[in-house]
Amino acid sequence: MRTKPRTAPQRGFHFDYLMWLFTRLSALAMYLLSITGIIAALLMSARQNMTVADLMRWSFMPNPNHVANTNIPDIEAWKGLFWQVIGILMLFFAGAHGLHGLLNILEDYISRTWLRNLLRGLVLLLWVVMSAIGIYVILTS
Amino acid sequence: MGLKRNVGLMEALRYQGKGPMLTYILHRIGGLGIVLFVALHILAGFLSNQAWGTSVGIYINTIYEHWLFQIFIFFCALFHAINGLRIVILDLWPKLIEYQREGIWLEWFVFIPIYGIALFVIIRAGLGG
Repeated sequence: MRTKPRTAPQRGFHFDYLMWLFTRLSALAMYLLSITGIIAALLMSARQNMTVADLMRWSFMPNPNHVANTNIPDIEAWKGLFWQVIGILMLFFAGAHGLHGLLNILEDYISRTWLRNLLRGLVLLLWVVMSAIGIYVILTS
Repeated sequence: MGLKRNVGLMEALRYQGKGPMLTYILHRIGGLGIVLFVALHILAGFLSNQAWGTSVGIYINTIYEHWLFQIFIFFCALFHAINGLRIVILDLWPKLIEYQREGIWLEWFVFIPIYGIALFVIIRAGLGG
């Protein structure tokens, strides 16, 4: 089946270019957030009380549940507003980066316009719902 | 040219692009794996705290706590992170694109030892040692 060619994207600042840039910058932001988590954990006695796997879980998502099963004696310092903000930032960058990537992959193999538009809507909806659930989990744990 | 393509998934996988193509396809697989894992993990974290969903949450937990899934997901996360850093550096400093093959070599030099050690630890724990 022949499909209609897509129109060429416009030059300059437009949504696809901004998302291309966002993908790169959010990757760097996630690296920075992870490094913040690792350094803080090491300052809070992770070297004596945590395994490398636990440290990595914490650095991907600084949630007190990720410390509950380690030898850390007191997890009060691992809770609180600072870590919730870091966690929500991580969720925002990871969610937007990941679902935009998912959409990119889907669109590479789908050439029907209506299906592409439908998927854009679905992925956007998925992003909003998963972000809401994730923020709820972060704020209640 | 890219806008007129009509390439199926299997045809795309058969394309013989050597090293750069391999990193490209692994980057995509890794990204999809991470999306799958993070979505499951958020859902499980949410459900385990609800009175009506605890058992479903714990069931989803057992899926990704399995050591075979961990081998897969750690490959995805580590490869995507390291290859992503290479892409970011090459894209934000375009002059370095001249060295992209060396970049890929460097990337495997970083990836293989870290993943190898993790693989050893995961399999040893998985087999109960």
